Amino acid sequence: MADLSSNFLGIKSPNPFWLASAPPTDKAYNVERAFKAGWGGVVWKTLGEQGPPVVNVNGPRYGAIHGPDRRLLGFNNIELITDRPLEVNLREMTEVKKKWPDRALIASIMVPCDEEAWKAILPLVEATGSDGIELNFGCPHGMSERGMGAAVGQVPEYIEMVVRWCKQYTRMPVITKLTPNITDIRKPARAAKSGGTDAVSLINTINSIVSVDLDNFAPNPTIDGRGSHGGYCGPAVKPIALNMVAEIARDPETRGLPISGIGGITTWRDAAEFIALGCGNVQVCTAAMTYGFKVVQEMISGLSDWMDSRGFRSIEDFQGLAVPNVTDWQYLNLNYITKAQIDQDLCIKCGRCHIVCEDTSHQAITSTVDGARQFEVIDEECVGCNLCVSVCPVENCISMVPMISGVDPRTKMPIQPDYANWTTHPNNPMAKLAAE
Amino acid sequence: MGPMDSGIRDVRAERLASGAYADVFSDLHPPLSRHEAFVESDRCYFCYDAPCMNACPTGIDIPLFIREIAADNPTGSAKTILSENILGGMCARVCPTETLCEQACVREAAEGKPVKIGLLQRYATDHLMANGQHPFDRAEPTGKSVAIVGAGPAGLSAAHRLAMRGHDVTIFEARPKAGGLNEYGIAAYKSVADFAQKELDFVLDIGGITIHNDKALGRDISLDALKTGFDAVFLGMGLPGVNELGLDGEDAAGCIDAVDFISVLRQSDDLSQIAVGRDVVVIGGGMTAIDVAVQTKLLGAENVIIAYRRGPEHMNASDFEQELALKNGVIIRHWLQPRALTRNDRGEVCGITLDYTNMADGRLSPSGESITLASDQVFKAIGQTPAEAVLTGAGIALSRGRVSVDDEGRTSVPGIWAGGDCVAGGQDLTVAAVQDGKIAAESIHRTLMQQPEKVSGFVEAVMTTSADGTPLPEHRTIHTIQVVG
Repeated sequence: MADLSSNFLGIKSPNPFWLASAPPTDKAYNVERAFKAGWGGVVWKTLGEQGPPVVNVNGPRYGAIHGPDRRLLGFNNIELITDRPLEVNLREMTEVKKKWPDRALIASIMVPCDEEAWKAILPLVEATGSDGIELNFGCPHGMSERGMGAAVGQVPEYIEMVVRWCKQYTRMPVITKLTPNITDIRKPARAAKSGGTDAVSLINTINSIVSVDLDNFAPNPTIDGRGSHGGYCGPAVKPIALNMVAEIARDPETRGLPISGIGGITTWRDAAEFIALGCGNVQVCTAAMTYGFKVVQEMISGLSDWMDSRGFRSIEDFQGLAVPNVTDWQYLNLNYITKAQIDQDLCIKCGRCHIVCEDTSHQAITSTVDGARQFEVIDEECVGCNLCVSVCPVENCISMVPMISGVDPRTKMPIQPDYANWTTHPNNPMAKLAAE
Repeated sequence: MGPMDSGIRDVRAERLASGAYADVFSDLHPPLSRHEAFVESDRCYFCYDAPCMNACPTGIDIPLFIREIAADNPTGSAKTILSENILGGMCARVCPTETLCEQACVREAAEGKPVKIGLLQRYATDHLMANGQHPFDRAEPTGKSVAIVGAGPAGLSAAHRLAMRGHDVTIFEARPKAGGLNEYGIAAYKSVADFAQKELDFVLDIGGITIHNDKALGRDISLDALKTGFDAVFLGMGLPGVNELGLDGEDAAGCIDAVDFISVLRQSDDLSQIAVGRDVVVIGGGMTAIDVAVQTKLLGAENVIIAYRRGPEHMNASDFEQELALKNGVIIRHWLQPRALTRNDRGEVCGITLDYTNMADGRLSPSGESITLASDQVFKAIGQTPAEAVLTGAGIALSRGRVSVDDEGRTSVPGIWAGGDCVAGGQDLTVAAVQDGKIAAESIHRTLMQQPEKVSGFVEAVMTTSADGTPLPEHRTIHTIQVVG
């Protein structure tokens, strides 16, 4: 049976599923319930400096995008860091870590961009017995207006500076949590690495207005008639997170830097995808906030059973296996030709493949054949775009079949068995230049 | 000792506890809640050239109205429905969707669970009608007047469309109330809370429609008078008569016309006062047979048997209706045809003898065996008959007793159109009658206005060629000529 135990930066946990820094990890009560449910670790909700804690809005803090059956697809929040006194959090962290020594307990920290502030808080955290710290450079709302959170994470120089302070003032492993609200995720990752970070975690939430209330003409969530942008998370953000993780995993400057994957992880499969793109473990929040802590049981069993079915004994066995297959567009094989193929036995004749191809693409699917309603691919027109597969409501009814030999009926060109990409394509002016 | 031995018939009212009637006659298909409508509408694939739409006799744009529900615009959804079928509310309740749109639904093919189109249609139309706003405006008055015979689905559909086009409409209805089979003929559990009258009021809200009740063609009014007094006439009087069993004693107490019984039941303010037998036999195999069988069972009859002379596959009642009867405890027996009524010494029906039948060389004949069933009531539900005399008298050509019409609903007599159950070749469905009325109304409108151009919104229903003369795809005309089953 697969061994799910995780060793991330020397921090051991019985499984790679940690709860991300967020409301579920704000108190000993919640964290203990999470550990009882089976979570491998938690990143305690972000601590601020000593003194009067921050205050949150007392109106709605969350907004949601729902599917028709009110399945939560995307979620946003305008919560700030912990609004409980620092000493209360530190005391509870100490107690919890003592009681649950086999679970990972990481302290998320956000204090002003000032060396003394970091120097002051780090020993206090270290005294709790926490296994590590996570620097919250991601929070996109509220705290960023005060020069913290994403305001730091959006300036690589600040990241490097703060990471350096942390490495200087604590022996604990440092995880730098990155904001996705930037243009190139590699820049803050490189900065964190230069500062000496032990790992990065990503993504934090995405700047968002989740919806507009058309009765009051105000963004949701609406607080007394007005709203603010908040952090978007949940299943909808996973593709963005996967790409950013992959960019860091394959960047020559950050390759090998440990990554804790975050962003819309809801099932074991999501977690496996993040790990395949190089993550050492994953952090979850929205799924727990949607269904409660029990969801981790599905993640554990699902990951374990899948690993068994593939013969993977440990997380490391498949960690990063997808990274070499992530490449730039220019290196994709332009000689690889596929055609859609519709299984007429599975087809229920909804016609969606036809109408999307006809209206919006390549006019490559029939609506009638010999006067009868029938949907068939016209190889002479099919560019292999996969739109029909994407809209077909029947699984496996349409598949993309590679053509390995002969002539492409669309281009009338012979199919080349060898690999060739844009860098050498005759239509590429740069390629011509290179040839000259 | 059974009723036949004693000759004592057990026919009485109040078989149920007084509070039970409302429950057993409650809505057959309770309406969807808003959330249920969202979930169900999400199941629609928004098919290209949707099979459901082509299966709808009125050609409602089903994928569009479902998408409008999904997007939380039930008002717009209802307008989409009602623009093709002004009685979309009743059709949502009574259409045999399992043999029309829902049978064609691709999810029926995929998983045997079609989108609940009927219930979604009801959700939208209920929403709009609850708001009390009529969604259509009348065109400028044309000064033309049209007489309509019969205020049933065909007549009301024609009336609404004609009123919308600016004509003045006068409807002559033989019964005391308008609505036709919607008011008198639908099983009570399919149209609760006086829906037929509410829908009638909704249709009339467009204005320009006057209804005279208790005015029957041939009795109170003549076709000649209508032809003289109006610019056009539309006949939608349905089938006023019923077929006889042809047995001795058919007029005896206890041998009952199912259509009459259903109409009495529908008009009753107190269902507990409707007398039913302990043993009931229904002769027939169509919707009427099912309706009367289920309703007598619901009223407390102990044994209700439908006797049909052919096999289950020949029954006009849909599979769903047959199942509904079985679920309610009705027994359906096939290959039995009536031979004789048994009467007691007071001459009342107390049993019926039926011959077993079999089919040989395509001919149905008695097998030689027979069975006698105890029966306090025998219901005749073997079809309805047209008002032949009044029509032939006016020179209107008939086919098998029903009015012959062309694709536009024109009869053989210029100036007279017809539609609904009274015309030949129809489907005997509410929804088909609505389509007939709609098509005839547009034909009348074109004739009265002497404008050969087709009218927007109706184009698809009647055109077989497009403006440039090329034939239109088959699906765009199919609902004008479709014959189901």
